[in-house]
Amino acid sequence: MLKRVGASTIECGASFFREGAAVAIGEASFPAPFISGLEYSSPARGTWNIVHTGMLIPEAHEIFVCAAGCLRGVVLTAAEMNAEERFSTVAVRERDLLEGDMEQLIVEGVSDIIGKLTARGKRPPAVLVYTSCVHHFSGCDIEAAYAALKERFPDIDFTDCYMNPIMRKSGLTPDQLMRSRLYSLIKPRELNKDAVAIIGNDLPTDEDSELVALIKASHKRLHEITSCQTYEEYQNMGEASLYISYYPAAKAGGDELSRRLGGRHVYLPFSLDYDEIEAELDTLCGLISAEPPNHAAKREECKKALAEALKVVGNTPIAVDYTAVPRPLGLCRLLLDAGFNVKRVYADSFSGEEKKDFELLKRSHPELTVCAAVHAKMRFTEDVGEHYLAIGQKAAYFLNTDNFVNIVEGGGMFGYQAIIKLCTLIKEARLNTKPMRELVQIKGLGCGCCV
Amino acid sequence: MKQTASFISTYSADVFGVCSALFELGGMVIMHDASGCNSTYSTHDEPRWYDMESMVYISGLSEMEAIMGDDEKLISDVVRDAKMLNPNFIAVAGTPIPAMTGFDFEAAASVIEARTGIPSFGFATAGMETYIKGAGMALEAVVRRFAKRDIKRTERLSCNILGLTPLDFSINGEDKSVAERLRSSGFEPNVPLAMGCRFEELQRLGAAHVNLVVSAAGIPAARALESIFGTPYVLGLPAAGEYSKRLISRLRSAANSGASHEKQTLLGQDACKTRGGIAVIGEGVRSLALAEAIKLDTGKDACVVCAAEDNAPYLRRCDICAPDEDDIIEAISSADTVIADPLFKPIVPAEKRFIPLPHEAFSGRIFRKDIPDLVKDLGAVIKLL
Repeated sequence: MLKRVGASTIECGASFFREGAAVAIGEASFPAPFISGLEYSSPARGTWNIVHTGMLIPEAHEIFVCAAGCLRGVVLTAAEMNAEERFSTVAVRERDLLEGDMEQLIVEGVSDIIGKLTARGKRPPAVLVYTSCVHHFSGCDIEAAYAALKERFPDIDFTDCYMNPIMRKSGLTPDQLMRSRLYSLIKPRELNKDAVAIIGNDLPTDEDSELVALIKASHKRLHEITSCQTYEEYQNMGEASLYISYYPAAKAGGDELSRRLGGRHVYLPFSLDYDEIEAELDTLCGLISAEPPNHAAKREECKKALAEALKVVGNTPIAVDYTAVPRPLGLCRLLLDAGFNVKRVYADSFSGEEKKDFELLKRSHPELTVCAAVHAKMRFTEDVGEHYLAIGQKAAYFLNTDNFVNIVEGGGMFGYQAIIKLCTLIKEARLNTKPMRELVQIKGLGCGCCV
Repeated sequence: MKQTASFISTYSADVFGVCSALFELGGMVIMHDASGCNSTYSTHDEPRWYDMESMVYISGLSEMEAIMGDDEKLISDVVRDAKMLNPNFIAVAGTPIPAMTGFDFEAAASVIEARTGIPSFGFATAGMETYIKGAGMALEAVVRRFAKRDIKRTERLSCNILGLTPLDFSINGEDKSVAERLRSSGFEPNVPLAMGCRFEELQRLGAAHVNLVVSAAGIPAARALESIFGTPYVLGLPAAGEYSKRLISRLRSAANSGASHEKQTLLGQDACKTRGGIAVIGEGVRSLALAEAIKLDTGKDACVVCAAEDNAPYLRRCDICAPDEDDIIEAISSADTVIADPLFKPIVPAEKRFIPLPHEAFSGRIFRKDIPDLVKDLGAVIKLL
């Protein structure tokens, strides 16, 4: 396929992408298979951002203090999810940087907004104030600003949130920070040994997942922010004596919560590896005094589901991307070992948790192609010459297929249930098409969209 | 308080204006930014993103690169990818952190051009002003760089259209309607800057007899063309009805006389005496065209509340620039009817009549399907009054 780009035409065949934007896993480096450079942004938008996540705190109001260019994306995120009434902005302008009044701008700007919300009868119980890269670089005394706000509005809970992507390679990522701040407003209270909280995930954990089923079967009270309808319900999470996280970016927040409130945090990472699932569920059962599931039977159930899905999918080429599940290589390995024709995985880098799957795939399936998602060449459409089934929105977009599994961030699945549900979704995706172009452009899959 | 927006959206920023203006010209445009700008631009400000291949990227600036002043990382990344993709030109535009660290955009562009041999631009945007400034800078720059100097006027009466971007015109065909209206009025559309415009066409910019500036983003380019070629320009939108007739007449007069009309509104300074009637909130040039068309068609006073700029010298005495939420609330306080993007509605009191007029530069894609082609359907808006 020839594509006109600027003054010349480029042949957008496999060789074009092989030079820098695609590599066989057998030859790939870990954790970064590609050289970092200019970055492209595909139209697949289903993953959640810090606006979506912050809105999980019921009744809270978000105030972003940033430059107009940074505000643009977040204010329209809120508007598209029909949450503009819970969102306000303070624009940082050049003179604020020059005059060094950033702290005052935060305090007076936030105060002005709270005053106007109050005048309309919408005084929020909690305010999430998001500062940005410019505050970090200008040495803004953010703590002083928060102290002033807390003194001025003693009836409102404030927490510090951040939109500082320039720090994404230094310490906690903005995603990790956001998931940490999400629980920072919970006030200490007496811990209840019979209360458990699942923390750090944007999407509700499936009721039929072993995680939820086992907790409920053990008669524990389960808290999850995704089900909180009021600020009071959110505060009730403070009674949990056990915090369980399973999304990688949630781990730091769980540790922080444990330090602050005193409950125990256990990280049970999302996994599609039978042995790891078994170990995690045994750990869970030990913590909540529940009877472990029949692992052998569950494994058989999974294998049966995989076999049935394979019958439907046959030799259809499959591509997986990093937005679908936290461990895309784990998913590739599960499917390849079960006989599926997985040919591609889209990921710009891999987390440390994927090292084992990476090494195993390198040996067992060295031909599996790792494709970049943000490389400059990804702006151009590749002529792949075959029709793919995609798992994840980015893979669906890059391969221009309406046969795709439309999930992000693991989709709320956990344990053996994740394998069985994925098989169902894969079968559905093979048998039915979806309007990929419309679906992938919706921001924050699952949190409502007016577009 | 200035700078706070408790209830409304924010306009697209200068850096996105650069990208939007240059999108169709076959260049490589790089936002010097950590992350986020590209998704914001491609999701909310660029309706052509899915269907039209272009080369708009971010640099992926990191904390250490910014602190250490590692400009070479950006330069070498751009040079490497430009050699691979062979764009018509390269443009690097700024965001808040490069603005804070004093990144020298012009110097970087010079180095990039020296290493690649590809014409290069540096735009010192800071992500803190509106798209009008960025788009204006970008259109002026390509005019100055690529418009062929020794060029004759076309034999037929011709007109460039300046200031076309989807941020003001969306993708509903209004840009083509402008060209069609000119054609049907005896003008040969010359270069539509910059929607439906090929890079090679930029060379012909100097051949037009007159320039029609259809948004504020086109004003710097119009001034540049006047200074280089002596081409006069007129501000306005050739919508239907009496307003369009008068605008076309003024365009013809400008072409004949060589005199521009930036500060002379079509109906004069005193056509609108009060802010008590209709308020049109939005980008200045289009809002003024709508306000004057309303006056001509209905006899009702309509004033402009220009929320996208803090200085618009082409407006009338009764009009006002109000870039902040509080200023807008004050500016519309005495109006009985407000015409504006739906995301302004939360600050319009319930007792006032609100007529939605979606604007991509304010609400992005949310109301895109409801954005009218004002050139074809101005009457549809006016009949609601």
